[in-house]
Order: sequence, then C-alpha cells, then structure tokens
Amino acid sequence: MLLGLYVPGNSPLHRRRAGTKLAVLGVLLGVMGVFRTAEVVTGGFVALTALTLLSGVGLRTMLAQLRPLLWFAVFVGAFQIWLSGPRQAALAVGFLLVSVGLAALVTLTTRTQELLDCMVSGLRPLRRLGVDPERAALTMSLTIRSIPVLLELSQDVQQARRARGAERSLRAFAVPLLIRTVRHADRVGEALAARGVDDP
Amino acid sequence: MRRTPLATHDLALVAVFAALVAVLGAPGYISVSGLSAPITLQTLGVMLTGSVLGARRAPLAVLTFLALVAAGLPLLAGGRGGLSMFTGPTGGFLVGWLVGAAVIGWLVEHRPSRFGLGWVALANLVGGIAVVYAFGVPWMSWAATDLSLSAAWAASIVYLPGDLIKVAVTTVIAGGLLRGYPTAMPVQHRVRRDRDSVAG
Amino acid sequence: MRMTTIRLDGVGHSYGERVVLRDVDLTLTETRIGLVGANGSGKSTLARMINGLVLPTAGRVVVDGLDTREQGARIRRRVGFVFTDPDAQIVMPTVAEDVAFSLRRSGLNAREKRERVMAALDRFGLAGHADHPAHLLSGGQKQLLALTSVLVTEPQVLVCDEPTTLLDARNARSVARLLAGLEQQVIVVTHHLDLLAGFDRVVVLEDGLVVADGPVSESLAAYRALLD
Ligand SMILES: Nc1ncnc2c1ncn2[C@@H]1O[C@H](COP(=O)(O)OP(=O)(O)O)[C@@H](O)[C@H]1O
Ligand SMILES: [Mg+2]
Repeated sequence: MLLGLYVPGNSPLHRRRAGTKLAVLGVLLGVMGVFRTAEVVTGGFVALTALTLLSGVGLRTMLAQLRPLLWFAVFVGAFQIWLSGPRQAALAVGFLLVSVGLAALVTLTTRTQELLDCMVSGLRPLRRLGVDPERAALTMSLTIRSIPVLLELSQDVQQARRARGAERSLRAFAVPLLIRTVRHADRVGEALAARGVDDP
Repeated sequence: MRRTPLATHDLALVAVFAALVAVLGAPGYISVSGLSAPITLQTLGVMLTGSVLGARRAPLAVLTFLALVAAGLPLLAGGRGGLSMFTGPTGGFLVGWLVGAAVIGWLVEHRPSRFGLGWVALANLVGGIAVVYAFGVPWMSWAATDLSLSAAWAASIVYLPGDLIKVAVTTVIAGGLLRGYPTAMPVQHRVRRDRDSVAG
Repeated sequence: MRMTTIRLDGVGHSYGERVVLRDVDLTLTETRIGLVGANGSGKSTLARMINGLVLPTAGRVVVDGLDTREQGARIRRRVGFVFTDPDAQIVMPTVAEDVAFSLRRSGLNAREKRERVMAALDRFGLAGHADHPAHLLSGGQKQLLALTSVLVTEPQVLVCDEPTTLLDARNARSVARLLAGLEQQVIVVTHHLDLLAGFDRVVVLEDGLVVADGPVSESLAAYRALLD
C-alpha cells in the first residue's frame, strides 16, 4: 500500500481513537477561528508545541509539515505589518501555523487506514440518504489499488511519446493516457461485475 | 463497454479517475515550458474528470481523492497530504475542485447541440476556474485573518495563466477522446443517469 | 465434481448494427473446453455470456437450468471468470485483501476468512506475499492472484478469457499447469494452443459463427485450415 504520512509511535496521542482526535481538532479550530484573539492564538501555539513534544513525532517532522506555508506566511506577515502593525501580523501568522500544525498532528499520529475507517463509519448515518458506506470503502481501496496501475500506464504512454519524438507535447501524452484510463476503468468495472459486486 | 452499463462500471470510473488525479500530481509531468508560474497537472485531472465523468460521478471521484488526502496519503502535488491541507490557507481550492468538477460535469452533460468543443472550454472556465477561485480565494482571505480579498487574489493570481492553459488542454483532450473513444464522453451517456447506485 | 450444463440456444449478439455472434447452439458439459478463433471472431463476447456479463440479443443462455437473463447473480456465484489483464481484476491494494474480498459475503467470521485466504494463497504459491502490495507482484504472480481470488469461492465452472496472453512462456506454463490440476469444469479462450493439450473439446469461432466443434485434434486442424 502507499505510504501515508503517519509516524509510528506509542504516545498518548497515538493511542487516542481517530474519532476523538478529529472531534478535538474540530473544536479547537472552531474556537480559534471564531475568537481570533491574541490569547486564544497564543494558547493554541502553546498547545501545538506541547502536543508535538508529547507525540514524539519530532519537531523536524512538524516543521516539515509547516514548511509549505513559508512563502504564504511571509506574504501575510508583511502585508499585515504594512496594513495593521506587527501585533496583527503575529496574530495572523500564528493562526495559520496553529491551524495547520494541529491538523498535521492528527495526521502524523493516526494510521491512514484508521482515518479511512473512521470516515466510512461517519457515513453510516447517511445510509438512509442512499449513501452506501461499503461502496465508499470499496471505492477508496480501488483508488489506492489503481494508483500504481495508472502510474505504470502513464510511464508507458510517456515512453511511446518519446519513441514518436513528440516528447514535449502535452497532448501526445494526455490523449492516449486518458483513453487508456477509460479503457482500464471499463475492464475494472467488468471484473467487479464478474466478482459479484452488483449482485444482491 | 460490453454490456448495458451497470453501477460497477460507474464505481470503477470513479475510483480510476480519482487515481488519475493522484497520478497527475506525481512529479515528472510538468513539461509545459516557458511558464514561470508553478503548475501542477492536478487541476488538469480535475477538469478532465469533470468533462468525462459528468455531474454525478465526477464530484464522487474528486471526493474520493480528497478523502485519501485527508486520511494522510501524500497525493497532492509535491507529495503533500493530510488534514492540514484542508485547514490551511489553500483548503478552499480543494473544496472548489469538488464543486467545480460537479459544475463542469453538469455543463458538459447539458451541452446544447449547436455548440461543440467551445462549450467544453466554457464549462471548464466556469467550473475549473471561476468556481475553484470562488471557494479558494475567500477561504484564503479568512484563513489568513482578514487578509483583504484583493490581497488573497494577488496571492492566487500566479496560478491563473497555468489554469487557463489547462482549460485549453482539457478542451483539446476532450476533443481527442471524443474521436478516439466516443462512448466515454458524458454527452453520449445521458440515458445512464437513471442508474442510481454509486459509491457514497 | 458434478459437471455443470451450459446451454446456448440460438444465441446471437450485436453491438448496435454490428452482429458479432450468430446462431450459436452449444451444450457444454465437458470438463475441459477450449474456445479459439481469430481476433474479433466473438470469443470474448461468447465467454462473457456464460456468466451473464453480456446478455444475448437473441436466444438464451442457460446454466444448470438458470437463465442468465434472470438469474445472473446466482450464476456468477457458480461461474468464476478470469480476465486477460490481472491489473484490472485485482481490486484491493494487498494480496490477502484481494482474496478476502471474494469472501465478503461468505458469512465466515474474520478468523475463518483469514484461514481460507491463507490456505488458498498457500495452494497457489503466494503465501509469502500475503501482505504485500499487489502491484509489486510479477505479471505471472498477478495472474495467479486473480485466479486465487476467483477459486477461493469454489465456483463450479471457471471461464478464462486469454489468461496467458500477457504472460511470458514460463508463467504461461505455470498457469496452464494450474488450470490442468483443477477439478472444476474449465472453459478457456486462448491463442496459446498448447494450453489445450488434454482438453476434451475445442470450439472454433470465425466471424461470429461456430465453424468447428469437436475433439482437440480435429478442431485445431480445422482452425489451422482457416489460417491458410
Ligand atoms: N462494447 C463493444 N461495442 C462495440 N463493439 C464491440 C464491443 N465489444 C466487442 N465489440 C466487437 O465485437 C467483435 C467481437 O469481439 P470479441 O468478442 O471481443 O472478439 P474476440 O474476443 O474473439 O477478439 C469485435 O469486432 C469487436 O470489435
Ligand atoms: Mg477477446
């Protein structure tokens, strides 16, 4: 299976159930989003630091999660300093870091499969609206299964494109890729039917 | 396909296109030269999904992809993933993909017969750009603590040239698919919409 | 094992205007049946009719008294199908999960399921790969996995549509050996004629018509005559 971002460990954060972590994350982010005061954001920052240390995933791992924010945080910080002063800038940047960091912490301490299972059970109440949680789970597994297949397929297409000397043409890549993708899906659908997926 | 299309066929298309969106985020496909803006082909994947799968299956494919990202698989361009992708400043664009794919699909399905591929281009401009930015930009302005909308626009605008190119590419590819695999396009599939059991 | 009777009565099929099968009348009861013919002669269409994946546009297909048009689900539980491309047939990310997927409605509990899965993997030489991602298997191993996932449900009939076409000679041979050792009734579409050694009957299709039907040597002689 594809490797998730999960960092194995046995911290109190790792041991909590996915649903609990998601609920706490939701509440924290909700409160922070509504009351975006200096106290709340500072509290969030302290919590993020403490929980990161507690989780044992390491500060480097956390910083790597925050890194993609860098240019945007600089942009926002500069903009807010210019517009409303350093205090507001610190608040804005702090909020960004905390809301991304806390969410990342849940991802880092929860197995991908557990989060997927959690989502599927979250769909159960929607059953009467016609949602089928089992099919949703099958769809997700089938997607994970299909990624390496399509990757291989797209490498084939790229080689064919190179062989024809159309190396730079996005079209010479995408049209055959898409046709093969649809054809592959046709075959998969047929195989699912043969394996009784649609049968009562 | 070989037989009257069944729900398994829809399920397969949803999963395989979710995988396609993931594969287009893998490194090595960014070969559109002469552009300074960072480009990933992932939005291209969303546009293709909308154009090929139609209003009901396309958002399910994008939703499946996003669920796997949220569960911690690093499937977004640059090997990123996890819940923080949704709580961060660009989370709105991901929601925009979901709605955008549905809008593209709906428009392509309702193509008036006197329009040709120009309609596909229009559908992608509306769903793949207008809708995506309509979610992405306000979200960014909110997440960055009252960053003004115009500033959030300024931060997003670098992607616009790339997105316009992707609309053009999607249109050309849709044309190629129509010629190379006519039954794949939703315009030909209207009768199918009565079938009502896809993955949740 | 009791053999299943598969009857095709005046079967025809067309995709739109295009007629791909005509006037097929066959009663299939033998343990080993081959189906050969040129590309586009209608082999896959015919094979898919046996488990109701394709419904005939004329005539009917009856498996042990069940009409594919009405009893598709029940028939598919008796008739397993192996496709040419295992990448399309393997739907779960890991080897054991894919086999277990076939048992999802078996009513077995998790432990019994795991035991059945491991026994099946063991039988086909995949036990060491149980928790490996399916995409890391070789082409031959993937086809073995596809077969395992079908056979774990113990179908009465196995239909294989060119199961060795994508394999190299060695892997093709191991699939052939595996098929030969099955107690099930097996119907194989193939261009690899050596796969048909020891078969009871071979049906030859040409342009949607059955043009020869009989023992291996006679049918293959007729088939070779068509090639010249
Ligand atoms: N879904 C389909 N739509 C239209 N034509 C089809 C379809 N599937 C197969 N055909 C056509 O039917 C004929 C028989 O196909 P098939 O049964 O796959 O033959 P074989 O397996 O012997 O190569 C071919 O001419 C093929 O092009
Ligand atoms: Mg065939």
